[in-house]
Amino acid sequence: MKAFITHNGLVAPLDRVNVDTDQMVPKQFLKWVTREGYGRVLFYDWRYLDGEIPNPDFILNRPRYQGASILLARANFGCGSSREHAPWAIQDYGFRAIIAPSYADIFYNNCFKNGILPVTLSDAEVDELFHRTEQSEGYRLTVDLETQTITDDSGLTIAFQIDAFRRDCLLNGWDDIGLTLRHEDRISLYEKSRQPSAKMFGAVPNRSAGSTEGPSAQKMPQ
Amino acid sequence: MPPRTMYKKIWDAHVVHEESGKPALIYIDRHLIHEGTSAQAFSSLQATGRKVRRPDLSFAVMDHSVPTTDRHLPILDAVAAEQFGALERSCREHGILLFNMQSPQQGIVHVIGPELGITQPGQTIVCGDSHTSTHGAFGTLAFGIGTSEVEHVLATQCLSQFRSKTMLVRVNGRRARGVTAKDIILAIIGKIGIAGGNGHVIEYAGEAIRALSMEGRMTVCNMTIEGGARAGMVAPDETTFAYLEGRPFVPRGKDFQVAVDYWKTLVSDADASFDRIVELAAAEIAPQVTWGTNPGMVTDVTGRIPDPSTFSDPVDRRAAESALEYMGLAPGTRLMDLPLDRVFIGSCTNSRIEDLRMAARVVAGKKIARTLKGALVVPGSMQIKAQAEKEGLDRIFHDAGFEWRNAGCSMCIAMNPDVLPSGERCASTSNRNFEGRQGKGGRTHLVSPLMAAAAAIAGHFVDIREWNVEDSEW
Repeated sequence: MKAFITHNGLVAPLDRVNVDTDQMVPKQFLKWVTREGYGRVLFYDWRYLDGEIPNPDFILNRPRYQGASILLARANFGCGSSREHAPWAIQDYGFRAIIAPSYADIFYNNCFKNGILPVTLSDAEVDELFHRTEQSEGYRLTVDLETQTITDDSGLTIAFQIDAFRRDCLLNGWDDIGLTLRHEDRISLYEKSRQPSAKMFGAVPNRSAGSTEGPSAQKMPQ
Repeated sequence: MPPRTMYKKIWDAHVVHEESGKPALIYIDRHLIHEGTSAQAFSSLQATGRKVRRPDLSFAVMDHSVPTTDRHLPILDAVAAEQFGALERSCREHGILLFNMQSPQQGIVHVIGPELGITQPGQTIVCGDSHTSTHGAFGTLAFGIGTSEVEHVLATQCLSQFRSKTMLVRVNGRRARGVTAKDIILAIIGKIGIAGGNGHVIEYAGEAIRALSMEGRMTVCNMTIEGGARAGMVAPDETTFAYLEGRPFVPRGKDFQVAVDYWKTLVSDADASFDRIVELAAAEIAPQVTWGTNPGMVTDVTGRIPDPSTFSDPVDRRAAESALEYMGLAPGTRLMDLPLDRVFIGSCTNSRIEDLRMAARVVAGKKIARTLKGALVVPGSMQIKAQAEKEGLDRIFHDAGFEWRNAGCSMCIAMNPDVLPSGERCASTSNRNFEGRQGKGGRTHLVSPLMAAAAAIAGHFVDIREWNVEDSEW
């Protein structure tokens, strides 16, 4: 996974609460079998008019926010569907960090798997950043995960909290699966310890399990 | 041992490894897979040379993009066809049981898991789909994950997880006639808000929850994610055991008794403490209809479209204004006066046999309104479809003017050709009324199957409590 240590970039404001992942990547793009190329479809229905013509009214299409890499957002960002296509699109578009008062659980978790830092600040702090972003064209921030601070050129410094383990993972770009596989012996031991209750927790293969036919014994819904 | 919640009991039984300050490594008993969020996980697994650790605990199905019309015709959508092909190849290669489009057990992943008895109390279940919360109806810890975690589970059969906070939602007393599980969960979301459950696992309890069938409990747990909580649970009881006994993947005979004895120990201890407790009176819940663009924008069917200018919070006011603009609604309009274009009965929320029976009773002997452009019934699984046909429900729907389709996610997510056209208004039994969810520009109102069926007949929303439908089971 890509590491995140510190990042300085242009800020783009998305002033809407409860932005759901359906808006980030609409359903028609969930049929792709790759992880790449979702940047073009980020916020598709908001961003484009028919025929994929950029909608001039959508904030991210404004010239002053081109090249933005820090997304300023509102509460409960990323609610709804678990689709990881949402953080893939955010990253592929060019964002490295998000700043919001709160996130939906699954989306928050998915960000860390993709080297995106979701920073949580208070409502008042987020309000202040919206104000500054709108007031000064070309407004940039430095998001530093090591020192857990956000700074701008005019001397503003805001500290943020983040779970220490998640921070370490992001700073080092650790591979989650690799970390878990270090506990291979413990996983095997756990599986053995559950052998006596295997009927409950292990698969109970029926006649045709393993084929693509599915079980033949059936109980109809009552 | 101090008193524990059901969540804590299941959690404790699945901890493989734990170090302070770090997330715990928990074991996953069942991994459900569908075509929409798995291809990238399988290809990444292949790229890193890793194997599927427990193909015998993994179950795959095609549901999100499947056509609900004739399955013998080729798939016209080449991109969807490629994704189906990828799932088929991955399952064959790794030895994972797949219910493909031709399988008589095919259906929506959260419908077939319980239906086949793959879902059982006390398990941990994950799936790359946020509505995995459905399975919690059985007293399982079940939640949605992203594709990176799908890959993680394929490779290790474990997940690295932080423990959640707990919320008890108690629905006291009895629900009124015409009020269903769907209305209960919509009322809960209306009360706690769509972010109210963030960071929590919800346990549903109280007389009104106990009185629900397994189908009803699944509807409640299904929409837990719409209240922000990743998992919702109901303690297993005789209703649960009776539902499970005899299903293909459930232990049989003596093993079933052993399982039941264990399942009975899962209930939260009487004095277990929760981080938050929310109470509702079932008798006060009316049939619910959403008016906005998230499931928390909901009100009683007898209500009116709210006026955003009366909202005190400026952020909420703007959200309501933009929702009304998208929905094409004016403040103060009575919900029952809204003319509808389409009706959709289906989705992992409300496509089970009980839902179809409820809807069929409402439409029996009647015709859908002439003003309606279409009405769709999409059973949750091919087994439910077969059962409904045995009971003659398909004829009832057909005679009333509904289309009767094959199983899949269909117009809940509109990844297949079942798309709500732009600007059209739909009464839907699904779970999300987000902008564009059922089709770009489509306007979704979430309701129960009873309310959707009645709306199809009337051509607009009606208060189902005022209809005289012969049934005592509501």
